[in-house]
Amino acid sequence: MPQVPDPAPDHMTGERSFHLVIAADPTSVRSGLARLTAAAPVVDLNADHRATTELVLAEILNNVAEHAYPTGGGTVTLTLWLTAAGLSCLVVDCGQPMPGGNLPTGRLPSVDLPEGGFGWHLIRSLTQDLHYTRSDHQNRLSFLIPG
Amino acid sequence: MNLQTQTRPKVLSVLVIEDRIDAASAIQFKERMRDLTQTGDQRVVLDLARVQFLDSSGLGAIVAVKKLLGPDRVLELSGLTPTVERVFRLTRMDSIFTIHASLEAAVSHAAST
Repeated sequence: MPQVPDPAPDHMTGERSFHLVIAADPTSVRSGLARLTAAAPVVDLNADHRATTELVLAEILNNVAEHAYPTGGGTVTLTLWLTAAGLSCLVVDCGQPMPGGNLPTGRLPSVDLPEGGFGWHLIRSLTQDLHYTRSDHQNRLSFLIPG
Repeated sequence: MNLQTQTRPKVLSVLVIEDRIDAASAIQFKERMRDLTQTGDQRVVLDLARVQFLDSSGLGAIVAVKKLLGPDRVLELSGLTPTVERVFRLTRMDSIFTIHASLEAAVSHAAST
């Protein structure tokens, strides 16, 4: 199994890291993204890296809101920290597991005018080292948003 | 969801006066667009010049509006900011819309057809 980072190792303290706990719903995701893009370390990234970070995290957090907690009422924890390779991220929730225990492939929908199914394609296009584990009733998703 | 419309002989333009179309606003966007386009037969140009953030829910809503308009009424886009343009490109939805650099370019294109 891939190793996921511990939630708070020593190198994640200070201005190179950010920690957020929010209710898993679209309005809270929006305000959470506003907070994280205005704070270190994301605020100090170049515009392109910052935009990628906001998009990837929007997709992942809204997926948690919609699929891990289909009846609402859950929280999701986001931890990110800057490394030489980019922005390392860990997203943890206590909702339902991924169907089949695996992440979606992110294949684009094959119908003519799809109204959904874009999210995992965007996530897979814009991240590296995507790892999902399920243990202790928690979903843990770790990934790198390269700089 | 603040949308500003302008009606010309061949074009109904809709300027999105919001900085984001995201999961929190996608349904409202789709419903407002449906209301605004219920009458008329002009082509519709959606001007996204002020939109700085579009996620997959917002993209899905724009595709849904295209479907709502049906096969006989065109939905075109204008003024995509770089981050919005990238979402269209990565999902290949840039291939199903005619995308103009600006609303002015979209209007003059419509006038010449």
